[in-house]
Amino acid sequence: MLEYLQGLGHKSLNIFQRLGRGHILLANIVLGLHSLLPRLRLVIKQIFFVGVLSLVIILVSGLFVGMVLGLQMYNTLVDFGAEESLGVVVALSLVRELGPVVSALLFAGRAGSALTAEIGLMKATEQLSAMEMMAVDPIRRVLAPRFLAGTISMPLLAAIFSAVGVLGGYFVGVGLLGVDEGAYWSQMQANVDLYDDIYNGVIKSVVFGIVVTWIAVFEGYDAIPTSEGVSRATTRTVVHSSLAVLGLDFVLTALMFGE
Amino acid sequence: MAESSPVVEIRNLSFSRGSRKIFDGVDIDIYRGKVTAIMGPSGTGKTTLLRLIGGQLRPDTGTIKVDGQNVPKLNYHDLYALRKRMGMLFQNGALLTDMDVFDNIAFPLREHTQLNDRLIRSLVLMKLEAVGLRGARDLMPSELSGGMSRRVALARAVVMDPMIMMYDEPFTGQDPISMGVLVRLIRTLNDALGLTSIIVSHDIKETAAIADHIYLLSGGKVVAQGSTEELNQSNSEWAQQFMKGLPDGPVPFHYPAQDFSDDLLNLDGRPRGAR
Repeated sequence: MLEYLQGLGHKSLNIFQRLGRGHILLANIVLGLHSLLPRLRLVIKQIFFVGVLSLVIILVSGLFVGMVLGLQMYNTLVDFGAEESLGVVVALSLVRELGPVVSALLFAGRAGSALTAEIGLMKATEQLSAMEMMAVDPIRRVLAPRFLAGTISMPLLAAIFSAVGVLGGYFVGVGLLGVDEGAYWSQMQANVDLYDDIYNGVIKSVVFGIVVTWIAVFEGYDAIPTSEGVSRATTRTVVHSSLAVLGLDFVLTALMFGE
Repeated sequence: MAESSPVVEIRNLSFSRGSRKIFDGVDIDIYRGKVTAIMGPSGTGKTTLLRLIGGQLRPDTGTIKVDGQNVPKLNYHDLYALRKRMGMLFQNGALLTDMDVFDNIAFPLREHTQLNDRLIRSLVLMKLEAVGLRGARDLMPSELSGGMSRRVALARAVVMDPMIMMYDEPFTGQDPISMGVLVRLIRTLNDALGLTSIIVSHDIKETAAIADHIYLLSGGKVVAQGSTEELNQSNSEWAQQFMKGLPDGPVPFHYPAQDFSDDLLNLDGRPRGAR
């Protein structure tokens, strides 16, 4: 019993220590961001790796999510004779919820895990240590550009996801199921609000981008420098960032659309 | 720059990991222009010592003065400024895997200087020529053999013309030829570039061949020191065991354990592996 309590205490202390280290790292990264100004090329390279290379999965998933939404919503709406509203429903679901959330989950799986594995392996092969000894701060040289790139890429990916999803809904709704094309677009135009819907969706995706990339770089940087340690860290990145995204989504939704 | 003043002056250094004491009151002096070897059995914290000198770890007590500056007390800015004057060769080379050989060696120059591309190219080629790998400049680190990547890493470590070079187990896992190449390179670079070298190693023959002074560490203390001849002739049991590679002596063959016969009979009744 005593041993169990001890273990429990040890585990909680560990969690708090990790939280502390995570926040210190985030502070150091943010403080180091200014050093990226003369070296934007580093950031652009990382945007290519985390953003551009994630495009395929985002495009395909966005298209299919939009198509499924079109199909499902049409079947419900048609019962009430409201199939003209299909465009609004598809667009709102995507812009407010599915765009930011699903693309953040995909981003965590595609880019977050890659970031963790890369940084963790750099640590395991002493590359980070070597940089420190060459008087190059790995937090500024390696982590900061990746963090910034993730934060920039995520909202763009979410926007692309939503845009493609709207097209997917259009193909199914207008193309297959015969919803009026004008109604699809004009209802969407009239009822999707720039501030309430689109901006809030963008805020969500920015928050998700920061959180997912933060978790990914921290897990890599904090990984135990062995094959097993890196593999665990990669798993943790995907699990923790997915949970964080879903949890934060609820909080943000409650704050934004609560009233 | 008096010959007699040590570049690295370690006094009363103590460092522990968890409850395990790695160093317990260690004093070490490393003199300018010399090749100093830190030797000792595995697990005596030789690599840790290099990390302490480089400021990657902080000691529990004691001072580590490098060129007059106390490393553990330096702030971020001064520490990084000091590191620009230190070179370190890591055990596995630690080349940046996303760059080719040329860019790896150019990396410190590009990070710390405003030199133009032509000048960087000349500097890099000079260092590559010195380690005999000018022809390998376009290879990626994954295409290099172990010995080659260590030589590339050596070229990278000296590209900023450091004041001190630290070598972490430079001879481990090398075939006889690349071992010979490295031994010669370390000595030649030290003398040609006017460096001060610290070699951490347990390869006695190779290290003893080029070291001016040897410190023998064991159990967190300096157990013997002197030139190779002095250590060979020393009547200290430590020096004798280590220099001759005897299996048992002051460094016991056995890891601490309970009594063997008790263990075999399993007298305390716990199954194997139970805590």
